[in-house]
Amino acid sequence: MTATAPPPGSLLAAADLRKVYGPTTALDGAAFSLHPGEIVAVMGPSGSGKSTLLHCLAGIVTPDSGTVTYDGRELSAMTDAGRSALRRSEFGFVFQFGRLVPELTCVENVALPLRLNGTSRREAERAALSWMERLEVADLGRKRPGEVSGGQGQRIAVARALATRPRVLFADEPTGALDSLNGERVMELLTEAARSAGAAVVLVTHEARVAAYSDREVVVRDGRSRDMERLV
Amino acid sequence: MSIGHTLLGLLESGPRHGYDLKRAFDEKFGHDRPLHYGQVYSTMSRLLKHGLVEVDGIEAGDGPERKRYAITEAGITDVAQWLATPEKPEPYLQSALYTKVVLALLTHRDAADILDIQRAEHLRSMRILTDRKRRGDLADQLICDHALFHLEADLRWLELTAARLDRLREAVTA
Repeated sequence: MTATAPPPGSLLAAADLRKVYGPTTALDGAAFSLHPGEIVAVMGPSGSGKSTLLHCLAGIVTPDSGTVTYDGRELSAMTDAGRSALRRSEFGFVFQFGRLVPELTCVENVALPLRLNGTSRREAERAALSWMERLEVADLGRKRPGEVSGGQGQRIAVARALATRPRVLFADEPTGALDSLNGERVMELLTEAARSAGAAVVLVTHEARVAAYSDREVVVRDGRSRDMERLV
Repeated sequence: MSIGHTLLGLLESGPRHGYDLKRAFDEKFGHDRPLHYGQVYSTMSRLLKHGLVEVDGIEAGDGPERKRYAITEAGITDVAQWLATPEKPEPYLQSALYTKVVLALLTHRDAADILDIQRAEHLRSMRILTDRKRRGDLADQLICDHALFHLEADLRWLELTAARLDRLREAVTA
């Protein structure tokens, strides 16, 4: 198969992705590209394949065919360990539910990825607090995740995702469990923090108000993607 | 809603008399607001003048002559351009958008395309409002929120319609 060259200047690109789960075709020739610092919304109805696309782009799921290229490297050509290292050092993740470690305090949660990368406790917690300040949750540092609200928990999750200074932040329905006001604040802070840190964002959402924080959108339907910038 | 474009679209399936056009329009789109004959004839003379339709035949009868109209190539291009142009995002545009979707299905065009283009146009407006809201004071925020909620409601309708296109195709082409 001839590999499709990623679009010039793209940081992350996918071409002709196919992924089948049993009788279900999740991706059927999807394509995607992301430039450094860009915020791209991936939209589509439930079951359209948008989360599978995110998982393939992040190297969490291996597509049955097609290519994902990050910064000139093809993900399928890397070992599992290589992809894990890439996720730890270059990517950050925010999910619908914060997935914070309940036994750790909030500041320890934010510092955790830095600790796993070998940063000292003191240095990791100092950096964590500075990210928590940007996300306006610095005062919650000593609380545990069970003691904070949903919106606060998501802001802590965003701080944790950005603490390693990733080049790409993957956000999968980051406001899906929040009310309008809290969801909006999370999106404001998430996009401001990502832009000031120079991180590009892949934002999976089915909500137009959330997608309105992006620079452009890609629509996924029946496993196929459509880049609206190229269509309009 | 553009009555001219809608009548042109209806002519794509074959030539019709003015009366047939009115009947087809009322049946598909005019449930609560049927067209007046006068509107049909004035619209058809305008379309004729612009070369978008031509007279395909004239039947002489007891009453006035009955002209049969056919769409021209320029008319088909005009419909295609109208369908491909998104509506200005504003409250209560559903009737225009609904008409475009139904006409696309009737003329075997890609109705999903129309919805995708419209979604992109709505999101473009929503990005501008979101940005204004972020920079503005509370009054700005509330005004922008009002517009954003209306646009969001349009988009929810649009997504639901996108999910029901197959059923709508069956219904309108039956």
